[in-house]
Amino acid sequence: MIEFKNVTKTFGKTTALDHICLSIPKGKIIGILGPNGSGKSTLLKMVVGLNKANSGSLSIDGKNPSQETRNSISYLPEIDYLYSWMTIQQAADFVKSFYRDWDEAKYKELLSFLELKPSMVIKKISKGMRAKAKLLLSFSRNADLILLDEPLSGIDILTRDRIIETIIKDYRAGDQTILITTHEIREIEGILDEVFFIRNGKVALNGDVETLREEHGASLIEIMKEVYSNENSQW
Amino acid sequence: MNFDHTKPIYLQIIDYIKKQIIGGELTIGDKIPSQRELAQQLKVNPNTVQRAYREMEAMELTETIRGQGTFIVEKKQLLEELQLEMAEALLKNFILEIRSLGYDDKEIIKLVEKYQQKLGEELS
Repeated sequence: MIEFKNVTKTFGKTTALDHICLSIPKGKIIGILGPNGSGKSTLLKMVVGLNKANSGSLSIDGKNPSQETRNSISYLPEIDYLYSWMTIQQAADFVKSFYRDWDEAKYKELLSFLELKPSMVIKKISKGMRAKAKLLLSFSRNADLILLDEPLSGIDILTRDRIIETIIKDYRAGDQTILITTHEIREIEGILDEVFFIRNGKVALNGDVETLREEHGASLIEIMKEVYSNENSQW
Repeated sequence: MNFDHTKPIYLQIIDYIKKQIIGGELTIGDKIPSQRELAQQLKVNPNTVQRAYREMEAMELTETIRGQGTFIVEKKQLLEELQLEMAEALLKNFILEIRSLGYDDKEIIKLVEKYQQKLGEELS
């Protein structure tokens, strides 16, 4: 379980997270939703330990974020973090050297599932393929906690489908936790257990997705529009 | 299969299985896909499929045999029961809607008979 208690994070004069409180249960696929600039990515980075809170506390299974908690987290950043001169195989070897939970069999299987080749050079492949390569490296580890920051952003529809399939393919329900931030809800509606709508660094609405659908008689997109109706933000 | 995202997905998965039984694609005693297979096929969360399977088991539509999989229950009247259930759901909607147009129940029956005849002629 991940618990944010009254966490505030500012960057200069900008407040990214504003006394946010939320607890994320184990073993589910969780959507962190909201428009650009709502604080979603900051939230993920804090779990990984890349951002530190100005105030408040954050715990992962009762521990403070540290190298130890980091070892069981597979994090897919939104930015292109892979060395562009590397081949996919070199990037895989690189990740493998850091994490003991690397699963070679899964890596091989995902390579063909995602239609990637070990010899492909990162800088020479398309954006969609790079997105798939990032996903490949994240999912080739048997991590208990997988964090995906905007995994669908700027990706074509067919590739999106393949990415969704990859996320649920070997998912260990009840055991593994996957956090996905996105402002593109349509594609991931079907795979989320719970959602947190973030607005101005706070939780605007959260809950079990099926229950929200029942209560609102609406899809997540419609609920999201309701939640943010007072703003002119774009997503 | 496309989901209506304004309704709970697990209920739509149950309807999907029921429709397959009514449509004859599945019959009593048939094995249905594993939860993992169905989750991948429908691109939904395995937890949601698990919930649908739990409900189907509770409503005695399916039974799970350890190590073998999940099967449609061996129950002779299952097909008729499901047909009736779906027919009732359609009728309920229909009657409520047509009443709201101002027809009383006798008029509704007349309208239905008249339209059945019309439809019969159109189709023949």
